[in-house]
Amino acid sequence: MDPQSPTESAADRREREQRERYYAASQWTLIWWRFRRHRAAMVGAAVLLTMAFLGLFAEFFAPYGPTERNRDYVSGPPQMPMFCDRNGCALRPFVHGTRTERDPVTLRATAVPDPETRRHVAFFVPGEPARLLGMIPVSVRLFGLQDGARLHLWGTDTLGRDVFSRTLYATRTSLSIGVLGVLISFVLALVIGGVAGYFGGLIDSAIQRVTEVVRVIPIIPLYMGLAAAMPKEWSSTQVYFAMTLILGLFGWPTLARRIRSQLLSIRGEDYVLAARLAGARPSRIIGHHMLPSFTSFIIVDLVISFPYMILSETALSFVGLGLRPPAVSWGVMLQQAQSVQVIEQAPWLFIPAGFVVLAVLAFTIVGDGLRDAADPYGQAG
Amino acid sequence: MIRFLAERSFGMIVTLFMVSVMVFFIMELPPGDFAERYAFRKFSGTGVTITPADIAAIRAELGLDQPAVVRYLDWISGIVLRGDFGQAYAFDTSVNNVIGQKVWLTLGLLFATLIITYLISVPIGIYAAVRRGGVADYGLTLFSYLGLALPNFLLALVLLYFANLWFGASVGGLFSADYAEAPWSAAKLWDLIKHMWLPALVLGWSAMAYQIQTVRATMSDEIGKLNVTAARARGVPERRLLLKYPARLALNPVVSTIGFDVNRIFSELPIVAAVLGLTELGDLLLKSFLDLDMNVAGAILLMLTVVIVVMNFVSDMLLAWLDPRIRLGG
Repeated sequence: MDPQSPTESAADRREREQRERYYAASQWTLIWWRFRRHRAAMVGAAVLLTMAFLGLFAEFFAPYGPTERNRDYVSGPPQMPMFCDRNGCALRPFVHGTRTERDPVTLRATAVPDPETRRHVAFFVPGEPARLLGMIPVSVRLFGLQDGARLHLWGTDTLGRDVFSRTLYATRTSLSIGVLGVLISFVLALVIGGVAGYFGGLIDSAIQRVTEVVRVIPIIPLYMGLAAAMPKEWSSTQVYFAMTLILGLFGWPTLARRIRSQLLSIRGEDYVLAARLAGARPSRIIGHHMLPSFTSFIIVDLVISFPYMILSETALSFVGLGLRPPAVSWGVMLQQAQSVQVIEQAPWLFIPAGFVVLAVLAFTIVGDGLRDAADPYGQAG
Repeated sequence: MIRFLAERSFGMIVTLFMVSVMVFFIMELPPGDFAERYAFRKFSGTGVTITPADIAAIRAELGLDQPAVVRYLDWISGIVLRGDFGQAYAFDTSVNNVIGQKVWLTLGLLFATLIITYLISVPIGIYAAVRRGGVADYGLTLFSYLGLALPNFLLALVLLYFANLWFGASVGGLFSADYAEAPWSAAKLWDLIKHMWLPALVLGWSAMAYQIQTVRATMSDEIGKLNVTAARARGVPERRLLLKYPARLALNPVVSTIGFDVNRIFSELPIVAAVLGLTELGDLLLKSFLDLDMNVAGAILLMLTVVIVVMNFVSDMLLAWLDPRIRLGG
């Protein structure tokens, strides 16, 4: 049908416009459209963004600092805000106050809720001054209790530190370690895979051998060996950066292999030869001419490698070879929940495990969604 | 076939050599050296004053003042020629003594894990592919996501928690208290087998999830192929047909990733061992890393890697035996 024809019906026009929009869309728009259709991946992405947001602005969302201790509420159970108790209902959510009692058997002081007192939850309560993103000063918290009383949404740990606040700060640490680790391994993979794939031949076989060695040594014991070598007197910041380096240093083989095989397959293309004849240096040919042809696949691989970084960091910190207090990550928090006895007495210390599972699940699902979307010119599914 | 074998063997030796260099590098990595840690461990708290000269003496006695290349050659030739892994300073005995029987315990655990993993994942993967889109299929997809997302050591904690809740008894460890120190006997072996299933299940957890996915994917591809339709048209019974054509091919990716699975299992072993209280190499590896007893740690790391390399080799051989296309270089 002639597109300009006045007899074109509205439905036809809509369809034509849709088709034209499709043909005119850039590759990235197409990928986004594809990805948007993957319901689970969208949920996963939302979960990750929320986590990152909460972690990034932990100074505002967390009512207390990561190492602030409440000595009157040690190993205290979670306090869930409620609207009703046996003394009637209130319009504002409240929690019960606490009282310290001595356990008649062990004589240990334990905090027990006192159902006769009510403490109302308030929003935008004043707190210790802190800096958002290390720059913007902030002295209010999203929520808390008034008059200096403390609200422990998810209870406190064995030192009386707020589990909810610590989990938010830990989210920031764990996710950022993942990001930095992935970035480092990405750069390494780019260089190693690029050299192997572009030059091929002897260099390629030598690099393949080294890759084989890194792949064959069990990765967590290898990480453990490197982490064990960190001097005991290092500060927690130094350990943090050393950890990202360690994780990144051995995370490259999978991605390097992908880059290598892609480069090998397009090495003989005419446009590569043209670039070479025009006098471009290898780094420019790889980076400017060859890589863009499979950027989307690299992104998929990067997203998929996140869970391994996060799980490795958690595992290492869990057994005491990773981050050290006062740094707080999911693994560091779970260190307290190492034995069944602890989990029985204080199950809320296990909450960070839920975050680990959630983050890994989300990354995996987003990776799956991206993989489906990465090649938008494939069968329109 | 012979040529194939020779090539693979040569590649294996080169890899092993480079692995040993890598392991040696890790052993050298911690600040300070064996002599200092040895002196510290032995004399701290005893009131004996240690001078730098004493440490230098220990160093000379142990040959630590030699260049790294000489020490490496010494170390690796001891292992290859005499099976001697050197001194374990934390225990004041040889590494061989410390490791002792734990090698067999670890290998036993590994094979138990592999057997359980494949016994569970292959049939389930085939079933999921045959009943594609069914409830069971979706359930399994969910399970395989969880298999990656729930790390083994957390799974171990969760299982321990529920075991404690329901049975009221600790299910951790590899032996009951009665048998831990007892000499080997049929009863002890039975006790070991009774304790083995939980660690094996936990260790195989993520490998299982991964293999179910692989088997399901290959199976789904193969079921739609023409040879299957042709066989069905010939009147071959459905069950026989499934086993004869697609299931046989679905085994290929499983067999070719045995080495990978072993790697995954060993990778998680130290941490799972710490949670479940398994007294084998993984646990010892973690302890010696924490103690910086690098001779023990290096020996274990090397052993684990050798097992992985050998299993890679075995998987190549199995695959060549299973699939003539590979054997004949097609």
